[in-house]
Amino acid sequence: MKFLVVCRRELRSYFSSYIAYVLLAVFLLLTGGFFYSWLRYFILFGGFVLPSGLWQQVYLDMRYCAMIVLPLLTMRLFSEEKKLGTIELLWTYPVSDIEVLAGKFLAAWLFYLLMLLPTAVGPFIFYHFYPFALAPFLSGYLGMVLLGTAFIACGIFVSCLTENQVVSAMGTYAILIFFWYVTWNEAVAGIDVVHILLKLSLFDRFLNFARGVIDTQDIAFFVLFIFFFLFLSLQSLGARKWRGVSTGI
Amino acid sequence: MIRAEHLTKRFGTFTAISDVSFEVQAGEIVGFLGPNGAGKSTTMRILGGVFPPTSGSAQVAGFDVARQSLQARQVVGYFPERVALYLDMTVREYLDYVADMKGVAGKQKGHDIDRALDSCVIGHVAHRLIGTLSKGFRQRVGIAQALVGRPRVLILDEPTAGLDPEQVAEVRKLIRQLRGEGTVILSTHILSEVEATCDRVIIINRGQILAVDTPSNLNQRLRKKSRIQLEVRAPVEALQSCLQSLPGILAIEPGYATSDGVTSLTVSTDPDRDLRAEIATAIIDARWDLLELRAVTLSLEDIFLTLVHRPPTPIPSVQH
Ligand SMILES: Nc1ncnc2c1ncn2[C@@H]1O[C@H](COP(=O)(O)OP(=O)(O)OP(=O)(O)O)[C@@H](O)[C@H]1O
Ligand SMILES: [Mg+2]
Repeated sequence: MKFLVVCRRELRSYFSSYIAYVLLAVFLLLTGGFFYSWLRYFILFGGFVLPSGLWQQVYLDMRYCAMIVLPLLTMRLFSEEKKLGTIELLWTYPVSDIEVLAGKFLAAWLFYLLMLLPTAVGPFIFYHFYPFALAPFLSGYLGMVLLGTAFIACGIFVSCLTENQVVSAMGTYAILIFFWYVTWNEAVAGIDVVHILLKLSLFDRFLNFARGVIDTQDIAFFVLFIFFFLFLSLQSLGARKWRGVSTGI
Repeated sequence: MIRAEHLTKRFGTFTAISDVSFEVQAGEIVGFLGPNGAGKSTTMRILGGVFPPTSGSAQVAGFDVARQSLQARQVVGYFPERVALYLDMTVREYLDYVADMKGVAGKQKGHDIDRALDSCVIGHVAHRLIGTLSKGFRQRVGIAQALVGRPRVLILDEPTAGLDPEQVAEVRKLIRQLRGEGTVILSTHILSEVEATCDRVIIINRGQILAVDTPSNLNQRLRKKSRIQLEVRAPVEALQSCLQSLPGILAIEPGYATSDGVTSLTVSTDPDRDLRAEIATAIIDARWDLLELRAVTLSLEDIFLTLVHRPPTPIPSVQH
């Protein structure tokens, strides 16, 4: 249960450093703005098939907000402790690497859920005026949770690699943009390559959820993606066993 | 309580320590002494569970630090060389977190924290943010954090580094108070620290152990001659020739006359013979005033320098 101790400390650190408030504000402003403008768009120009209309547009924009904000949330998780040197003490406590990783991951994940929750307020009000089918709407949120969790896993991994928070965030952006690029650069690569690459695209996978289609294959992909990066993180933490720890200031 | 057997740690191709073996009995305070880069921190980190050795093994309270890492870490309190704490927590919150991490729960937790605060004399800053504390106080919080959970083994990596003399004395006092509560292994490159606090000293240089002994035994073992410091109200030449006639005197360092005809000089004698009585008698018989007669013990400093600068015995390079 030590991962809960780690998680609690991370969460309080988010709030005490005001990162939490800033990221929350940015995320809510962006997502709220997008929701409002798409809602106006569809009210003005019609389009009553919500899943392929309003919801798809809203979620596609929301994923960018997540992509912008989440690397900033995960960048400090290990980088900061490495930089400050607090990580050394952490390794002398009777707690396994997995628990440390789980605690930090959980902290970022819970915070992400906390960010996601208020974004439902707009649709909630909308529902009062126009009761829509809930299933496609919730499917989009399932997609957002999976996508965001994947971003977090990726961000944690990069933050294990470097003690520099800027590098940590930038590295995460680079990886995420790669998985995005895989989607829109279909025209450049050969058709066979594209076939394989498309299977790897986070954003293509997400598209189904945004349209209200839940496919177990997509879920499996996200779960695999998440565990893959968590596994890499664990390996990276274990690297101190032959590389040692930083002794510099 | 602590047993290290043939510990070797390599970082890439660089060998930080090689074939380090030693034992520490329960209740002992042992000093790890060596110059910068000797491998003190590396050894401490292995014992503290930060990373395992490349080869060899170490046990703490019977637990292997590599294979039973979590159990070993459960009985160890560790004070890192680089005191890094979470600056956004108050001292008490931090110790509370440490207790949770060490699995100290219930009544024991509050009790442990209070005791750690007491021992390190930081009770009055318990509600301050760590980020607002001075270095000395952070250092103490670092020691307090090691004490939480009543570890049977304390590993302190340079606990007095960077403190002012008063704080150094305080920390040393604290370490001496820990005697009897547990086993302490501390590292330092300050010799007087070992003399002041430790039962035994392990001297390490370039990753290899040079000597393990009590400070006084080391002193005994390594000195090649005894030296006696004299101050006598007598003419220099007369005193020197008088002493020269005594058997067992190896050398007389040329003395110098101080004011009022007082001569100060140092004689070297055979280490197996105590010539102080003979010297005193000779001086009294010559009707000089004997102002001072003192056996000069070789300081650990001298020993250390002798050991460290002794040409290293060739290390058989370990290649796999
Ligand atoms: N992670 C690492 N990677 C490479 N070399 C390392 C690493 N950690 C330590 N070393 C090297 O191992 C040697 C021993 O280092 P160690 O920190 O144990 O010395 P020390 O005795 O504690 O010195 P000091 O008194 O300066 O603290 C040094 O030469 C150091 O540069
Ligand atoms: Mg050191």
